[in-house]
Amino acid sequence: MLTYVARRLLYVVITMFAVSLITFALIFASGDPAVALTPVRPGQQPSKELTERIRVKYGLDQPIPVQYVRYMGNILRGDLGESFYFHRPVAELLIERFPKTAQLAILILITSLLIGIPLGVITALKKNSVFDRIVTISSVAIISVPSFLVAVLLLYVFAFKLEWLPNGGTGTWKHLVLPVLSMALPMGVAYGIFLRTNMLNAVSADYARTARAKGLDATRTNLKHILPNALIPIVTLAGIDLAYLLTGVVLIETVFGIPGIGIAITRAATQRDIPVIMGSVFIGAIFIGIMNLIADIIVARLDPRVRLGDR
Amino acid sequence: MTFTYIPGDQPEILSVRGLKTHFFTEEGVVKAVDGVDLTLHRGEVLGVVGESGCGKSVTSLSIMRLVGPPGRIVAGEIKFNGEDLLALSDRDMNRLRGDRITMIFQQPQTSLNPVYSTGNQVAEVFQIHTGAKGKSALAKAVELFKQVGIPDPNKKVNAYPHEMSGGQAQRVMIAMGLAMSPEILIADEPTTALDVTIQAQILDLIRTMRNQLNTAVILITHELGVIAEIADTVAVMYAGQIVEEAGVEDLFEQPLHPYTQGLLGALPVIGKHTEKLAVIPGSVPDLVNLPPGCRFADRCAQRELHDLTICTEQAPELIPQGNNHRVRCWLYT
Repeated sequence: MLTYVARRLLYVVITMFAVSLITFALIFASGDPAVALTPVRPGQQPSKELTERIRVKYGLDQPIPVQYVRYMGNILRGDLGESFYFHRPVAELLIERFPKTAQLAILILITSLLIGIPLGVITALKKNSVFDRIVTISSVAIISVPSFLVAVLLLYVFAFKLEWLPNGGTGTWKHLVLPVLSMALPMGVAYGIFLRTNMLNAVSADYARTARAKGLDATRTNLKHILPNALIPIVTLAGIDLAYLLTGVVLIETVFGIPGIGIAITRAATQRDIPVIMGSVFIGAIFIGIMNLIADIIVARLDPRVRLGDR
Repeated sequence: MTFTYIPGDQPEILSVRGLKTHFFTEEGVVKAVDGVDLTLHRGEVLGVVGESGCGKSVTSLSIMRLVGPPGRIVAGEIKFNGEDLLALSDRDMNRLRGDRITMIFQQPQTSLNPVYSTGNQVAEVFQIHTGAKGKSALAKAVELFKQVGIPDPNKKVNAYPHEMSGGQAQRVMIAMGLAMSPEILIADEPTTALDVTIQAQILDLIRTMRNQLNTAVILITHELGVIAEIADTVAVMYAGQIVEEAGVEDLFEQPLHPYTQGLLGALPVIGKHTEKLAVIPGSVPDLVNLPPGCRFADRCAQRELHDLTICTEQAPELIPQGNNHRVRCWLYT
């Protein structure tokens, strides 16, 4: 188990190298960072001279491979560099902002499972009932709508019309309800539909028939025998969804004005603030790597056929 | 102690009359079981034999009342000790299943739940039917593992299905099936998925258990070898109906129905050299659009030989041919 975790963490490090290379290449492929960093007065042409000075100042005049090696060297020494734009150490920026993003992402994931699992179980047990039909149809509607639109709709109803919840910012748990729901709702109903399908497919499974032949009623067969099997792919899916979740959180932070890493990375991307982009991507990769590891450990707990550390 | 089943000596415990189980599909009504009669006595091993798709599995699932949509029992009665199973409430049927009538299946490994230990799954039978709790139920499971010949039972109860061989998994299934000393054990192709050597062991185990518990067994198979090995009486099924039934020796010595004769002719005989194994030409009729006459008519060599026209016009009934032997064929009227 310990060697397994150690090896998986090693994979995370390898992934980070790959991610850093790709990100670095993409930054330079998408335009000249020095130009993007040059301040422009309204109505004037950007000063060529200033651009060149900025280029030299940040070492952007060096060949790209040299820049990359220098940057990675600093990383290995624990130095994430300083933001071109905020003029603050990137590490400080990440420590300040990332916990908010991580909290939001984890809350969204947990909430979506708390919505999806009961929904899937009940709709599977009450297949073709009025409840099932209403849930299934509205789920499809919710999934089809982009999550920022869900966010805007929730804001409109609960913050502006009913005034039950704040319309943005951070501080209390009330500030978290709408941001979390605006992503957890579509994700949760998707899990619900997936779980429902899994459970209904498993009704004709051999082991389910055995459970009935033993004398268990249909409901207990569903809950005790089918559900644990049907949950396994849901957990795997949730682990994979994390990547999607992090990009979604960027939007949610913007809509609700939450000063997490999402806002920082969008701003950094438009400004070609390389140290911030790289730092954010790194911390995102680490987060996804660790969460995937946790998901795999949970799957191994649920499914005795999965042995951690084999191979 | 050995037990020999003597026909007529034992009370009747199961009587199936006019059972029809149909599947309502897009292509039409599939008459998977279409008027089956079966009688089972205490301690009897009844072999039900036929090709795949002849309705033998659906018959057994119908007795268990485990036919799911789109299938439905549309007619008939299934009397267990005089009580009509089809009239029981779901609750009462649940109580009966796994306790007085049990069933084991063809694929032992997929028939066990992959996420629970095998001992746990056997113990569950006691939890359901005796209210025994965790530890004592598991202790009983260990006892059963020993009885069905699983080595190192104390350790094996903790094994998961994927950690067992097919033969061992089938022993676990049998342990589950015999936990409550049932009156009837239905075994649906219990040896088909297993190696030949393991097959014999499993059949032996079923026979031993029958001898000890006096449990009646309905053994579903497509292998005549299995029937010869273990059955007391045989019912041959074809296209949703029983076409012949008899005591096992009677059937092998004197098969009456052309289909049964064909099945036996398709068996290789050791020591006898033949260029080719005999086959029955043609295939099973479409269960949606069944012919009006005998269902075997267009594959039947006897019909051509005797130039019978009634075969394609009128469906024959099961006709007694002495000594508990009955056959569904116009040749014997």
